[in-house]
Amino acid sequence: MKKSFLFVLLIIIPLSFLRAQETIRVGAKHFTEGYILSEILSQLLEDAGYKVDRKYNLGGTTVCFEALRNKAIDVYPEYTGTLAEEILKSQGQLNFSELQSQLQKELGMEISASYGFNDTYGLSMKKAKAEELKIQTISDLRAHPNLSVALSYEFLKRKDGWDNLASAYALPHKPVGIEHGLAYQAMDENRIDGTDVYSTDGEIKKYNLVVLLDDRGFFPKYEAVSLYRTSLAMPLKKILSTLAGQISETEMQAMNAEVLYGKRTYSEVASSFLLSSRLVKNKKEEVSVTREIISKTITHLRITFIAVALAIMLALPLGIVLYRYASFSKAVLYAVGLLQTVPSIALLALMIPLLGIGAVPAITALFLYALLPILRNTTTGLFAVDPLLKKVAAGIGLTPWQRLRYVELPMAMPAILTGIRTAAVITIGTATLAAFIGAGGLGEFIVTGLALNNTELILRGAIPAAALAIMVELVFEWIEAKLIPKHLRK
Amino acid sequence: MSVILSLESIHQAYGDQIIFDNLNLSIQKNTITAILGKSGSGKSTLLQMMNGLVRPDKGEVTIFGEAIDYKNIEELRLKIGYAVQGAGLFPHLTVAKNIMLPGIISKRPKEFLQKRLTELLERVNLPQEIQWKYPYELSGGEQQRVGLCRAVLLNPPLVLLDEAFSALDDETKNEIHEQLLAIQKAEPRTMVLVTHNKQEAEKLADAVFQIENKTLNKVK
Repeated sequence: MKKSFLFVLLIIIPLSFLRAQETIRVGAKHFTEGYILSEILSQLLEDAGYKVDRKYNLGGTTVCFEALRNKAIDVYPEYTGTLAEEILKSQGQLNFSELQSQLQKELGMEISASYGFNDTYGLSMKKAKAEELKIQTISDLRAHPNLSVALSYEFLKRKDGWDNLASAYALPHKPVGIEHGLAYQAMDENRIDGTDVYSTDGEIKKYNLVVLLDDRGFFPKYEAVSLYRTSLAMPLKKILSTLAGQISETEMQAMNAEVLYGKRTYSEVASSFLLSSRLVKNKKEEVSVTREIISKTITHLRITFIAVALAIMLALPLGIVLYRYASFSKAVLYAVGLLQTVPSIALLALMIPLLGIGAVPAITALFLYALLPILRNTTTGLFAVDPLLKKVAAGIGLTPWQRLRYVELPMAMPAILTGIRTAAVITIGTATLAAFIGAGGLGEFIVTGLALNNTELILRGAIPAAALAIMVELVFEWIEAKLIPKHLRK
Repeated sequence: MSVILSLESIHQAYGDQIIFDNLNLSIQKNTITAILGKSGSGKSTLLQMMNGLVRPDKGEVTIFGEAIDYKNIEELRLKIGYAVQGAGLFPHLTVAKNIMLPGIISKRPKEFLQKRLTELLERVNLPQEIQWKYPYELSGGEQQRVGLCRAVLLNPPLVLLDEAFSALDDETKNEIHEQLLAIQKAEPRTMVLVTHNKQEAEKLADAVFQIENKTLNKVK
């Protein structure tokens, strides 16, 4: 009895962590400028007395936009060119009022006035190399088909990205994909010759790069604006509009460079910008690193616990059913195994159209991942019980349920616990990816660190995550000691 | 003397291979019956027909005057002790829990089970401390005795022993034989044992049958 009580407790406690809150949710595209602009919006709203939930690390345009459409976030900074090309799929370029009216009519969304700078896409290469090859414009690239080009995954797929750019300029290059944050490093080490950049990137100065002239005027204008649903409350729209014309291209470049090389956090940079522009009255209180790590660790544990607890609640009974009706077991295990082969980041992305962003889709994806180890170990553990003992259990008068309770489940317990333990450790690791869909947790440090190319930030997430994995192992050793006699432990 | 168990016109086959053809057997109350057979002759199968673990293809099994009701078979099995070669003890349960399991599931009072446990351990010459141990800490002979105790815990009128002593050395085997006979003297009941050991059969049993030509021949 005591043992089953312990089991129930282990399942119920994590569930009590679930709760909801009503706040303004600000999204961000995951690159340096995205973080800074979103943080500027967040602090602006906080200064006006609103509570802000930062849903950063949302990946590229599609994820952010879907999140806004599905009401998982309320506002995020976007670029006019991106909206015209990617979201509205417009053929020609749109001016501001055309864009605004199409957004309102087709999507029920609106944009604020431009923040004041144009962050256009461009192709860049090292200044020295460009001078050596006499390349100044994108057209000049045609004469150098052997240059290796690596592009961000988003640029490779966008309508105003590589495919149309290459045909507009008749470029012969075969580009490969690269994480945007890593492209500069690769270029600096001469491993690639060219990549896509944003004209406000802080790296342009740092790595001594040139942005090739868009001589055929291919790239549309990318004015930075706030994007929100038309239904956003008027006072909020008003606050957001105070940013109009406040940020120049050089200011943006400087802020980007400060975060990347000035050893200041995007939050500090956003705060000093707002103060110096007199857009806010009060300096933002910085959250201490320790407190941030603790709060993200708690979120991480909460996501993991709920996902694993739900997986236990489904997989354990299902495993027993599959054992009793063995003819189904192959098909079901196969189907669950198939789920496991979906790459975790793809599974998380698949959740967005179904469940939006945040903890719910993340927990759902992690739950699906945790099913297989528990289910498989439960059924195989039960099947592996010595057939002689199963026969004896029946022979001395135990009913099928009594056999399960007194003989088969206790004997399969080491295997079942191993399955749960595997699921828990996998989930702790995979949960770091959940930050990509705004679920928070330690992955937020890692994803932000990747986007900002900041190793310290990456470690701030990776080390506690590794420690959690070890802690989970220890907790399971303790549970095994409670539930399994010594001689039956591995 | 009354018949407590009977098999009538039993046919049993595994695939194409016929094991029993028109087999008949009657067992008298409070006697020990031995069934001899080579390995593969189907003697374990025959024994398992007596507690419903195997249902014959054709024919009828009557126990305590009634045909086996396979739907409520567990109730019947609680009245039939069962011990197997290698004892079949559950490794995750202590000796005490192993022996008392049939009593625990049939919700017998704790005091009764504890008293019966003490009494049975004494009867098979096992020290009382053994009840706290796990099966892996016991010798083969001790395990087999524990298996025997479990089989007779609820004072079943019928006990089935499937090669229960085969894995033991001669000295241990003889010792357990004596204890079995002692139990039989103290609390007489019907026992059916299958074995490949003719001497064992002769020594323990009042009636001995041999499986030959897919049926049973009485040899004692």
